[in-house]
Amino acid sequence: MRITLSTIAALFLSGALHAETPASLLQSYAGEAAAASRPYAGPSTSAGDRFFHQQHKDWSCASCHTPDPRRGGSHAVTGKTIQPLAPSVNPARFQDRSKADKWFKRNCNDTVGRECTAAEKADVLAYLISLGGAK
Amino acid sequence: MSERNRAGIRLVDWFVWSGATLLLVYGLVCEAGAATSSPAAVFAEECGVCHVAYPGNLMQAADWSKVLGSLDRHYGVDASLDPQVLAAVASHLRVRPPATKAGDSSEALPRITTSGWFRREHDEVPAKAWSSPAVKSAANCSACHPGAERGDFNEHSIRIPGEVHHEHKRED
Repeated sequence: MRITLSTIAALFLSGALHAETPASLLQSYAGEAAAASRPYAGPSTSAGDRFFHQQHKDWSCASCHTPDPRRGGSHAVTGKTIQPLAPSVNPARFQDRSKADKWFKRNCNDTVGRECTAAEKADVLAYLISLGGAK
Repeated sequence: MSERNRAGIRLVDWFVWSGATLLLVYGLVCEAGAATSSPAAVFAEECGVCHVAYPGNLMQAADWSKVLGSLDRHYGVDASLDPQVLAAVASHLRVRPPATKAGDSSEALPRITTSGWFRREHDEVPAKAWSSPAVKSAANCSACHPGAERGDFNEHSIRIPGEVHHEHKRED
């Protein structure tokens, strides 16, 4: 019976991995941040707001995603359309952990010059989730 | 343990295992869905998200290999991919998936737009068209080739922004 229960738990986890929401992703980044540095005060919407708009090297997140992430932007080099980043106006955002990780890795390298920490990702995501519908 | 309790446990066990099986099947279907996307679909999704999903025949296999071997330094941006996804993209372009780090980092990346055939095909395009804000970059095929996303570069459908077109009326 014990084996059965642990099997169930494992299977449930593997099933759950396929269904991310912005909130569950935020929880998972915050969990990593807490594990990496204690004490961890939790994700900060205002820190995420600052990080998003801050000019790091040549670019900020807003360079391509526009200062209002509820609006669509365009790629700094190719001009290709970028759909809005805020989940309130674009429900397709932050539904997949591997996709979110892929883009955080690329865009942080391009913009900040290094990979972002779990705490930074949690802050930015908290800020994006905090944005309501389009103006 | 009474016979009744045993039956109860068996019933619970049955439900638990049925649930587990369903979850397992769900998990496998999800995995299979992700793994069986065709290389063409993976290429269109992964490459086409930032720029035109350039048809593979616009560049030599050796040049594609160089591009795929340095996706972390992709014409000024990081476009790195997971090995599994990279393998699908390589398969679509009919090249071997690159080793972890192929190519010399100091080597300039090949560009479709500097190849001989590209220059020849575009020698009639006026200089001001290239610098037009609607074009922005020679890599922006769709600015003048409306069907570029579908791999359609037919000469008759070319529309250079800012030029008067006799064959096609603008619909907007």
